[in-house]
Amino acid sequence: MLRVAGFTAAGLLALLTLGTLVVVALHAGGTARLIVSDWAAIRFTLTQAVVSAVLSVGIAIPMARALSRRQFVGRGLLITLLGAPFILPVIVAVLGLLAVFGRTGILNQFLGFWGAAPISIYGFSGVVLAHVFFNLPLATRLILQGWGRVPAERFRLAAQLGMGSSAIFRHLEWPMLRTVVPGILVTVFLLCLTSFAVALTLGGGPKATTVELAIYQALRFDFDLPKAALLAMAQFGLCAIAAFVAWSVARPEVRDIALDRPVDRWDSAALSARLGDFLVLSLGAAFLILPLAMISLNGLPHLLDLPQSVFSAAIRSVIVALSAAGLTVFLGLPLAFTIIRSRRVGGLIEASAYLALAASPMVMGTGLFLLLFAWINPAEIALPLTALVNATLSLPFCLRAILPAIRTVEGRYGRLAQSMGVTGFGYFRLILWPNIRPAVGFSAGLTAALSMGDLGVVALFADPDQATLPLVLYRLMSAYKIGAASGAGLLLLGLSLGLFWIFDRGGRLNAAT
Amino acid sequence: MLQLDNVVIRQQDFSLRANWSVNAGRKVAIIGPSGGGKSTLLAAIAGFVAVSDGRIIADSRDITALPPGARPISLLFQDHNLFAHLSLGDNVALGLSPRLKLSPDQWRKVSESLATVGLEGMEARKPATLSGGQQSRAALARILLMSRPVVLMDEPFSALGPAMKAEMLDLVMKTLGQTKATLLMVTHDPNDAIRLGDQTILLDDGVANAPVDTQTLFADPPAALKAYLG
Repeated sequence: MLRVAGFTAAGLLALLTLGTLVVVALHAGGTARLIVSDWAAIRFTLTQAVVSAVLSVGIAIPMARALSRRQFVGRGLLITLLGAPFILPVIVAVLGLLAVFGRTGILNQFLGFWGAAPISIYGFSGVVLAHVFFNLPLATRLILQGWGRVPAERFRLAAQLGMGSSAIFRHLEWPMLRTVVPGILVTVFLLCLTSFAVALTLGGGPKATTVELAIYQALRFDFDLPKAALLAMAQFGLCAIAAFVAWSVARPEVRDIALDRPVDRWDSAALSARLGDFLVLSLGAAFLILPLAMISLNGLPHLLDLPQSVFSAAIRSVIVALSAAGLTVFLGLPLAFTIIRSRRVGGLIEASAYLALAASPMVMGTGLFLLLFAWINPAEIALPLTALVNATLSLPFCLRAILPAIRTVEGRYGRLAQSMGVTGFGYFRLILWPNIRPAVGFSAGLTAALSMGDLGVVALFADPDQATLPLVLYRLMSAYKIGAASGAGLLLLGLSLGLFWIFDRGGRLNAAT
Repeated sequence: MLQLDNVVIRQQDFSLRANWSVNAGRKVAIIGPSGGGKSTLLAAIAGFVAVSDGRIIADSRDITALPPGARPISLLFQDHNLFAHLSLGDNVALGLSPRLKLSPDQWRKVSESLATVGLEGMEARKPATLSGGQQSRAALARILLMSRPVVLMDEPFSALGPAMKAEMLDLVMKTLGQTKATLLMVTHDPNDAIRLGDQTILLDDGVANAPVDTQTLFADPPAALKAYLG
C-alpha cells in the first residue's frame, strides 16, 4: 500500500521533471535557432549568478564570524530573521528594496539631500542587489553552522598556545571555510540561475534578461513554442551542470546546530575586532530589516482600502498554497518511506528527488504547456498547475527535513517496535507520526509560503481574471499604483509568513521532541 | 524451551555456530569477548538477523522464518527501550496491544505491572522525567506484561551504576523468576552471570557453546574464559 503510493509519487515526480524535459527536447528541434539576444540572455544569466554568489558569500563570511563570536541582545532574533528571506515572496522583497534603493527610495532622498547623483536599481545592479538580499542571509546561516562545527576545544587550545586572530584564522577558520564555502557558492549560484521574478521586475530589456525571463517572453508574448523549448533546453543544460557540480562539491545541510549560542574564544576582545564586528552586523541587519520595515510602513495605511480584486486574488493564492502544502506532504511522505525502506531503488529515488532542485519552474512550465495545450487551454487549469509545480519544486527541501527525522525514529525504535509487533498503520500512528510531525509541519509551511509567493509558473499560465496575489501585485507595480501595491505587498507578506508560522507551529505544538 | 538446532549465522567474514537448547524457566548469561557475536546471536534469535542454516525452535514451534513481532520473544535493549513521546502507561501498554487499544481490564494490568517494578502511579509520566534506573524498571514492566516465554536482554543495565545494576538484576530474578520465562542475557561483566546464578553460554572462536552451570564454569574456567577474564 505504502509502497504503491511511494512509487506513484516517484513516477509523478519523474513525469514532472524528466517527462516535461523530454517534451521540451522534442519541440526544441526544427527551425528554431538561438539568436544574438538569446546568447546575451545566457551570458547575463551566468554573469549575474556568479557575481551574486561571490558577493553574497563574500559578505556572509565576516557576518557569520561576527555572529559566531559576539553575544548581544537580539542575536537570536537576528539569526531567526536570517531565515526569513528564504520564504519571502520575491515580489514583496523587490517592493521593499525599491522603497529603499529605488528612484524615490530613502537612499536616493538621502543622496539628493547632499546633492549627490541618484543611483538606479534597475538592470544588472538591481538584479544582483536583490539576489544578495535573498542569499546573503542564507549563506550567513550556512557558514555560521560551519563555525559551530569547529570543536570548542580547538579554540581553547588556540588560546592556550597564545594564537592571535590571524593565527586562528589560518589554523582554525580557513580550513573550515575551505570545506564549507565551495558548496554554498554553488548553491547560491544555482538559486540565482533560475531567478525569474527578480529579472522580471528589476531587469528586462536586451541588457538584463535571464534565460528564464526569455522563456517566459517567447511563450507568453511571441507564442514561439520551438524557441521557448530551445531556451528551456539551454536553461536545463546550465542547471544540470551547476547541479552536478553542487552535488559533487558538497551538500550544505539546512540544520539548526550550534546557532543558539556564540563560540567561546579569546582572541576577539581587541577594539578593532569589536568595532569591525559591530559595523558588519549593523550594516547587515539594516540591509535585511530596512526593506521589510518599509513594506510595513508604506503598506499599513493602504491595507484597509485595497481593491476587491486584491482580496479575491489573496483567497486564490491561499487555496493554491494550501493545495501545494497538502500535495507535498502526500507526495513526500510515501516517497520518504520508499527511499528508506527500499534498498534497491531508494538511493536512485532520493537522487532524482534532489534533481528537482535543478529543475527550473520555467522549464517545467514550458514542458507542461507543450504537453497540455493540445488538449486543453492551460490557462483554465493555471491554479492547479501552479500548486502542482510548486509542490514538486519544494520537495527537495521537504525531503531534507523529513528524511533525517524518519531515519532517526527508525534507527532508535525500529527494532523495538518490530519486536512488539507494532507495524503498519499502528507504527505510523503511534511511533512515527508523533516524532516526525515537526518536520512535516515545517515542510508544509515552507511549501505553503513558497507557493504563496510564486511568481513564475502562474505568470506563464494565468489569465487576468484568475490572477494570484503576487501577479496582481506585479500588475499594480507595473501600473505605478504604488499605494495599492504597498498594501497588497504587506498583505502578501503577512499571508506568506503567517501560513509558514501556522504550519510550523502546528507541527511543533505538543510534539514529542 | 528454546532450541538452536545446528544454527549458523554468517555475516561477511564472520560466522557463529550454535547447537543446543535451554529448558523453560532457565536464566542464562551469555559471555564472551567483544566482537565475538553475543549481540548477533540475540539478534538472530529475535529475528533481526537471518540465520544461514539450521532452525530456531521456541515454545515448541519452528520460528526460524517468523518476523520479529510474531516470535514468542520479548527484548530488552541497552537503551531506547521506551518511546520518548509516549507516557509510561502507553509505553507499557504497547506490550499488550501494538495499536494501544486496551480494555479497562488490560489497563488495570498495565498499572499492576508498573506497581510490580516499583513505579506505582507513574502511568502519566514521560520517560524523560525518570531516572535511568526507573526507565529500566518501566521497560521491565512491559516485558513482564508481555509474558512471552523467552526474554532476551542485550547488556540491559550497563548504563547504570554497580549498585543500581545489582538491584535491577535482583528485580529481574524476582519478577521473571515467578514466571516460567526463559531468560538469555548478554553481558560483558562476569559478575552479572554469577548474580543470575544459573547457567552460562560462553562464546568462543565462532561457537556459542552449550549452556553449563555457571558455578561449575567459573570454578574451573576453560582456557577461553581464562583469557577473557584476564
